[in-house]
Amino acid sequence: MGPTHGPRLVLGPVLFLWEAPVWRDFYFRIADEADVDCVVLGEVVCSKRQHFHDALVDEVAVRLQAGGKAVRLASLALVTNEREVRTTRTLCARKGIEVEAEDLSAHHLLRDRPHAIGPLVNVYNGMAARVLAARGARTICLPPELPLASIEAIVRDAPGIDFEVFAFGRIPLAISARCAHARVKGKTKDTCQFVCRDDPDGLPVDTLDGQHFLALNGVQTMSYTCQSLLADVPALIEAGIGGLRLSPQRCDMVGVAETFRRVAAGRLDPSEGQAELTTLYEGASFSNGFLHGEAGHRLVSATAMADGPD
Amino acid sequence: MELICPAGTLAAFRDAVDAGADAVYCGFRDETNARNFPGLNLTRDELAEAILYAGSRNVKTFVAINTFMRAGGEALWTVAVDDAAALGANALILADLGLLAYAAERHPEVRRHLSVQAGAANADHIDFVVEAFGVRRVVLPRVLTVAEIAALTRTARCETEVFVFGGLCVMEEGRCSLSSYATGLSPNMNGMCSPASHVRYRREGDETVSGLGDFTINRFSKTEAAGYPTLCKGRFAAGDERGYIFEDPVTLDALSQIDALAAAGVAALKIEGRQRGRAYVSRVVTEMRKALGGGGDGPPLAVERGLLDRLSEGQHTTTGAFEKRWR
Repeated sequence: MGPTHGPRLVLGPVLFLWEAPVWRDFYFRIADEADVDCVVLGEVVCSKRQHFHDALVDEVAVRLQAGGKAVRLASLALVTNEREVRTTRTLCARKGIEVEAEDLSAHHLLRDRPHAIGPLVNVYNGMAARVLAARGARTICLPPELPLASIEAIVRDAPGIDFEVFAFGRIPLAISARCAHARVKGKTKDTCQFVCRDDPDGLPVDTLDGQHFLALNGVQTMSYTCQSLLADVPALIEAGIGGLRLSPQRCDMVGVAETFRRVAAGRLDPSEGQAELTTLYEGASFSNGFLHGEAGHRLVSATAMADGPD
Repeated sequence: MELICPAGTLAAFRDAVDAGADAVYCGFRDETNARNFPGLNLTRDELAEAILYAGSRNVKTFVAINTFMRAGGEALWTVAVDDAAALGANALILADLGLLAYAAERHPEVRRHLSVQAGAANADHIDFVVEAFGVRRVVLPRVLTVAEIAALTRTARCETEVFVFGGLCVMEEGRCSLSSYATGLSPNMNGMCSPASHVRYRREGDETVSGLGDFTINRFSKTEAAGYPTLCKGRFAAGDERGYIFEDPVTLDALSQIDALAAAGVAALKIEGRQRGRAYVSRVVTEMRKALGGGGDGPPLAVERGLLDRLSEGQHTTTGAFEKRWR
């Protein structure tokens, strides 16, 4: 277990389609080596992918719990057809393990039982958070596009709820019924042959002028940049945030968690920590614009915020 | 089925009423609604006038207060709800959970419709808003096939309304931060998608380049009309593909699906376009009214396909998610 001070570290669900053995081994290593408090498991993005890991989830959950991690199971973000409705109902009927609702149908199915709310549910103010809490939500991971001023106001306005923020990883920006990832590879969602497997860290989308812009992950569109709120951790702690969510990318996530832990515990200077991340996730461009109320792709220095007008 | 028509100005509102709308929807002139465009939407006085005009002709007025309340600035939204209720709105179109709770508690007598921005795409989500806030109608996101709409309408505990004409969101509504990633302004927080304040065009040799914030959204040869850089309808490069990787610059036209939607039990059909001019509103409403069979009695009349095509952005239309092959 990690130290008792500082915000919890929560490893979010793998949002990409990773081959089953890679996926399992990733979590085994997290279970055995990573200093995180909680791990969220499950397929959030595309119901067609679920069979890849379904059989492994329980085994991985047991291993994570044995490693001292709390485990949550995440629901699907976009639930439209009968099969997806059934899957969500089955998940929410599970006992003995916490479920994280990534869509309000799951929240409804979990009502009056303790559960978590994922970052794709729209919670933009304290009133909305209190609506969810009145029906059993205990932990809410806030939407990635929220600026710090909103986060501060929400925490003030909704006491007793444990808030998390999306602190590391490519940002989920949109989800569609249509699969752009399959389409750029000459397929459609129904005939996709799981081509998103070929891009385990997302497929970059560039502008026609060659600027890196977005990334495709199946039916989900993500940021090209990797959000890093590492330098903002002191401000987030000050705001009363209870947890930092780290979203798995194809890099050393054990190392990423270690860096966040040391910064969160005040054992490492945030700017030195950011330099470590650059080494740990080679080639990544980092951003934190959303937190600073700017375009999400921008990287703003935390000092600029501290010195800015209040 | 009811025909629900957009109005961004008082003049367009009257036109929509005159052209045969069963209800007209509009919003206030600020970030409380998802079409927060400069110079668009109604003042309180204009809404009062609109409601009187519509009411005297037996047409309903729906007020869209469908962005998400800014933490610390909630009063802008709650006052909008209070004012719309006081002025006699027949329904409030809402998306934010906190605002839904507020409206249900303070104005239980005013119908609450769930905005498309809430992205309710399944029966359990709809159950939630019916149970928690007494929602009477849900506007369905544009991610569902006709078969899914039919199945959902059968099981839903309230009415359903679907978009049949106008702008088309490729992404699930209410869950898209693409604009704020590029510009800092978002549909959910500011009521803006691909905001005009961040649009720029430049010439490069024979080409026109459109941009949004720091990013190029499209390049047009001199034989192409340079369209507005709506982010999800731009040309990009991914893998070996260069082109419209999310969606072509098309408009939704689901007139061909009207019979199927009626058979599915859908309560209302909605036209997008509060940002469009009076001519658009009146022509589209007139044509849609014909397609729905005049005042409800008598057979539907032939619709002028060419006219609707010309009214569409980019001159091309799609049935969008209604047909499974779109996916």
